[in-house]
Amino acid sequence: MSSLLRTPLYETHRRLGARMVEFAGFEMPVQYRGVLAEHAAVRERAGLFDVSHMGQIELEGPAAVATAEHLLTRPVASLAPGRVRYGLLCNAEGGVIDDVTFYRLAPDALLLCVNAANIEKDWRWIARHSPPEAGARNRSDETGLLALQGPLAARVLDRVASPAASALGRWAFARLAVAGRPALVSRTGYTGSDGFELYVASSDLVAVFEALLAEGEPLGLVPVGLGARDTLRLEAAMALYGHELDETTSPFEAGLGRYVKLARGGFIGAEAIARRHAAGETRTLVGFELLVPGIARAEYEVAHGGRTVGRVTSGAPSPTLGKSIGLAYVPPDLAGVGTSLDILIRGRACAARVVETPFVKTTPQPTGTGGQ
Amino acid sequence: MADYEIPDDLSFTHEDEWVRREGNNLVVGITDFAQQQLGDIVYVELPPVGSTVSKGDPFGVIESVKAVSDLYAPVSGEVVDVNTDLAEHPEAVNEDCYGDGWMIAIAISSEDELESLLDVPAYRQHVDDRSD
Repeated sequence: MSSLLRTPLYETHRRLGARMVEFAGFEMPVQYRGVLAEHAAVRERAGLFDVSHMGQIELEGPAAVATAEHLLTRPVASLAPGRVRYGLLCNAEGGVIDDVTFYRLAPDALLLCVNAANIEKDWRWIARHSPPEAGARNRSDETGLLALQGPLAARVLDRVASPAASALGRWAFARLAVAGRPALVSRTGYTGSDGFELYVASSDLVAVFEALLAEGEPLGLVPVGLGARDTLRLEAAMALYGHELDETTSPFEAGLGRYVKLARGGFIGAEAIARRHAAGETRTLVGFELLVPGIARAEYEVAHGGRTVGRVTSGAPSPTLGKSIGLAYVPPDLAGVGTSLDILIRGRACAARVVETPFVKTTPQPTGTGGQ
Repeated sequence: MADYEIPDDLSFTHEDEWVRREGNNLVVGITDFAQQQLGDIVYVELPPVGSTVSKGDPFGVIESVKAVSDLYAPVSGEVVDVNTDLAEHPEAVNEDCYGDGWMIAIAISSEDELESLLDVPAYRQHVDDRSD
């Protein structure tokens, strides 16, 4: 495993008893005590994730906003400093290169947070479409990222953050001191629960992680690995690049049409996305629950009336619901809630039903307005 | 380094199953090492009583949150008992892999097949070889 990259928290993870696995070229914790316990901690209390494998690309300069407007499916100019949005990088055919969050750091500066597996690809794409005046820089190596998620996340963070983080509204961010270290803190996450993401210098990562763990543990916070990160995001029906999304996926078939501002136009892929959308998508991403025991895994076939009609993109037991859930692409006429489907598990047709997503409704949103 | 329970009175396979002889039958489950490696077990699929299994072939499936793994028959023979409780309570494999987490009982058809099973020292070595 010597060729794998490690985050500065590698030794900390080992000390905490993590099982390490390869993910996107990094050696990352998949679990500490157990996926189910970590999942429950995030839904009921709080969990702390090292997601420093994710990438950060900054644009800073007179052409930064115009360049980002050209690259991203959502408007950038209208995003106020202190606010963050979720959006897509698409290719000229309207396929998804990556799904990202982007932060308006200043009138002429943006931060894009990209998937670990796509850092090099995204960086090449962004650099290729950025004039020198956009000041594009790949800051992935020097930036650490923690996610603090769960209903008690704000209470934990307020104990070590100055000024208080709980004033931040959803999709807002601010520069705070966390355990005395500078951190960019946003009220965002990938779990469907309330929470924060904290960008800190790689050299400060261990200190911030340890401080949050020490303050949080008395409240029931636990470290959480990638295993529970996946079951949490699946319950929230959030896409995972490489599963629900790839370069052939159109945003609308993936259910991400609300993150594409077609009327704006002028971004890469806009014409192709509009054309595919007008012609009618050939498949739609749906959520389903299994009606019989078993687990529908990614790549399993979906059948209807004895005919293969689609494929599972993600599937897992939902610890919160006590049901087996998943996401799958199916023809649009089979996407209605309540539609009966069969998932082929080891060749056996297992009954499933299309259900509404998210599978688990998110917690009440914070009312703070910081960053507006 | 994690600690793995390996009871003295059992035999083992290279695929991390344990077997316990009870008369003419072999009771089969997975070891503590295996359940720790798998993590939270959420689904177990076992063959019906009366079916036959062949040594080295998959007889069932065990799934953790993250992964699907086959269960391999330690010997050939007829399945004479199945732990049907695991359908409702797969977590028993995590909680008590050598007790309530047992899986099937097989009627021994060939005493010769038992000779390829691992004793405790051999299995401990097999675990140590894969532990860090």
